[in-house]
Amino acid sequence: MNTAAACRDARRIGRRTFLSVSATVTGGLVVSLYLDGPLAAQNPGQNTAVAYPPDAFVHIKPDGAIVIQVNRIDIGQGVHTALPLLLADEMDADWSRVVAELAPAADIYRDPLYGIQMVGGSGSIAHSFQQYRELGAKTRAMLVAAAAERWKVDPGQCKTENSVVRGPKGQSAAYGELADAAARVPVPASVALKRSSEFRLVGKPVRRLDGRAKCDGSQKFGLDLDLPGMKVAVVAHPPVFGARVRSMDASAARSIDGVREVFEIPLARGTAIAVVADKFWSAKQARDRLKIDWDVSAVEGADSSQLFATYKELARTPGKVAVLRGDPKGIDAVAESHRIVAEYEFPYLAHTPMEPLNTTVRFNNDRAEVWAGSQFQTVDRMAIAEVLGLEPEQVLFHTEMGGGGFGRRATADSHVQREAAAIAKRLVGTPVKLVWTREDDVRGGYYRPMHVHRIEVGIGRDGMPAAWRHVIVGQSITAGTPFASMVIKNGVDSTATEGVADTHYDIPNFHVSAHHPTPNVPVLWFRSVGHTHSAFVMETLIDELAARAMADPIAYRRTLLRPDATKLRAALDLMAEKSAAWRRSLPKGHAVGIACHESFETGVACAVDVSIEKQRPRIHRATVAVDCGLAVNPLTIESQFQGGLTFGVSQLMAKGAITLKNGVVEQTNFDTYAPPYIIDAPAAVDVHIVPSTEKPSGCGEPPVPVIAPAVVNALARLTGKRYRSLPLVTI
Amino acid sequence: MATYELTVNGRKQAVTADPGTPLLWVLRDDLKMTGTKYGCGIAACGACTVHVGGVATRSCVVPVSLIGERPIVTIEAIDQDPVGRAVQAAWVSHDVVQCGYCQSGQIMTAVALLKHTPKPTDLNIEESMGGNICRCGTYVRIRQAIKTAAQQL
Ligand code: FES
Ligand code: FES
Repeated sequence: MNTAAACRDARRIGRRTFLSVSATVTGGLVVSLYLDGPLAAQNPGQNTAVAYPPDAFVHIKPDGAIVIQVNRIDIGQGVHTALPLLLADEMDADWSRVVAELAPAADIYRDPLYGIQMVGGSGSIAHSFQQYRELGAKTRAMLVAAAAERWKVDPGQCKTENSVVRGPKGQSAAYGELADAAARVPVPASVALKRSSEFRLVGKPVRRLDGRAKCDGSQKFGLDLDLPGMKVAVVAHPPVFGARVRSMDASAARSIDGVREVFEIPLARGTAIAVVADKFWSAKQARDRLKIDWDVSAVEGADSSQLFATYKELARTPGKVAVLRGDPKGIDAVAESHRIVAEYEFPYLAHTPMEPLNTTVRFNNDRAEVWAGSQFQTVDRMAIAEVLGLEPEQVLFHTEMGGGGFGRRATADSHVQREAAAIAKRLVGTPVKLVWTREDDVRGGYYRPMHVHRIEVGIGRDGMPAAWRHVIVGQSITAGTPFASMVIKNGVDSTATEGVADTHYDIPNFHVSAHHPTPNVPVLWFRSVGHTHSAFVMETLIDELAARAMADPIAYRRTLLRPDATKLRAALDLMAEKSAAWRRSLPKGHAVGIACHESFETGVACAVDVSIEKQRPRIHRATVAVDCGLAVNPLTIESQFQGGLTFGVSQLMAKGAITLKNGVVEQTNFDTYAPPYIIDAPAAVDVHIVPSTEKPSGCGEPPVPVIAPAVVNALARLTGKRYRSLPLVTI
Repeated sequence: MATYELTVNGRKQAVTADPGTPLLWVLRDDLKMTGTKYGCGIAACGACTVHVGGVATRSCVVPVSLIGERPIVTIEAIDQDPVGRAVQAAWVSHDVVQCGYCQSGQIMTAVALLKHTPKPTDLNIEESMGGNICRCGTYVRIRQAIKTAAQQL
């Protein structure tokens, strides 16, 4: 989520880091890194160097165990393994003794570039790569210094491997036994990092540290939390976003065994009724028996079909300019017979992470404790503090393992956390776990916004686009949030235009503009954000142009790519090579679909083998190539690409749309809003990584955009039709 | 409220619950066995899959009052079964999991498949695993892991 532009902005903001080291009461070496980060630069006077237990990134225990704090949540993307791996490699640690923990909310765990503690923008590895390597190298240097002092030798004569320091005369000492002495060594100001040829773990396929616990039921997620005396809350949310409770009859609800409290709470939008009970099932039963009279008079009842009609009208007029290259009227110079006019429709999409949203809060008047699977710890902690009348420092915020996220656990208004805090405030001293049911989740808003794109392409004599006028209509995700200033320029939210405005195709006379209507539907970034729709538009249109030019779709793209699109070109070439054999020998009734797209500075190209079975696309295989710079953990990259492609198939599902009628969401659960099942996903995915020693870029979001256009490009070959409205209800 | 005597992972456990309470919530809230997951509550995702009387069952829609004598096996004890052990080992070696939230249900479903069909075809796998959602999209690795487990058995 968030744009490449925002990433670059954040990068310009200066930062300083401080290392501090201490011996612990229990013994061993604890290394903390304090960040004087971008937020401090924006808010001078704010104390960013607050020590907060556990204030360490690395804790080497006397027995040799190495506990590494992960500065952000793992929602499946694998940072719980990848960041410790970077640190352990530089440290020459024994990987089998490494334990990873998800760090609580604290200033020291802020993303080094974004300045808040978060997961988004596919930035986990890209932003913390250097940070975790430096931590590892400094820790190693201190262990070496301690050993050298003990042996009275020059540190330069010592070598390290597998958590052992070896001296020039055959001396050796394990990290665990050096930890206490190392804690008294001054922190080196700077250290040399390994050359890529010296890596022992980085670049090798390494299995996840949480792999076992997630296969035997022992991994705890936020929803699994159980505390002494804990109660469970469910909330009856308004049927229309922002509506308020006029009155309610809770007598039937209160008669359910185990129900403790039923009361009205404020929401980020409107009000709601919370039910608190001993257990989930009682709370849910009680909620189903509430009789609530909602006041919807003051809120607009959005209606998807009306919105589409309005959006299509708007798309016929130019919006605020996102990019203008060459002649804005260039299209008018092209004969009508050499133009394509295309109109695309994209619905609202719900993220539906597998673990329903939840947050547990215990409020004790002068302090609070929170357990949440949050992609936005800094923001959520501040929101909870605000609701409870506390300072953020009075809120101890534990990061729970997240059962998927895809952006849904990163809301600027922290609406779930506010709800949880409002409930806990009433039950002082009692931990309360707020559980959103799947119905709450599907109907709860914060969707990928619906969009209409209207494009006029003028085709030149060479079959290449000679002019391109592109209007995008869709809600701004960031308007009204603290992110607006970074993301909205000239009235254009770049999260709506990314993937078009910054296309890597060399298109002359290029005019992109955007309208941002404001219907009453909360919207949010959704894994790969604007690229979910922009890549679909670009890659289906380019494919159509290639077909019109009777050109090979790969060769056509290669010709049209800008010379500086090096990552995308490398991915395209590798994909072409790796898929060449099967593309030449397709069974009857099958077709190839091609797409390539760069997002979050990662280039991706994809070829799919598709047939039609039971009126649905059947994806027999996908070959995907990726240039993401240095591949930190190729095994995770492979998994992210296999999974990300499947996530991208969501857009094609027959039941893959959120729609509204009179302000009410028409879908309720997986029966009416269905993500891909095994049959819908590619049956096989081979992932190929372009060899690179460049700095790593993200792999969480870039897999998502390419698959949907690739599949419909294949369908177009089978049926002769072009598909411009998603979801794919009929073929 | 009524009291039920359940056999869970070989142990007899008495629980007092409303007869309509789904087995899922008895496991999670009463017996504090949270390995079995809530994903949808309407039998549409498979996250809550356990074995009841040897049959893969969506515990979110089975009321506790209908369990009777049938033994229940959950993810927490599936390693006590040779097929369960093989499936877990294959899952780990293929590095199947991402967020991991769906995987208890995937593994319980895969174990049931392999118990009835030791050498499953692609079609068997698609049919048996066909109702389990993995939002992270680990399906390709799930297919591979099931095949590896079948070879090991
Ligand atoms: S929770 Fe039971 S099938 Fe989804
Ligand atoms: S691993 Fe995340 S839902 Fe399956």
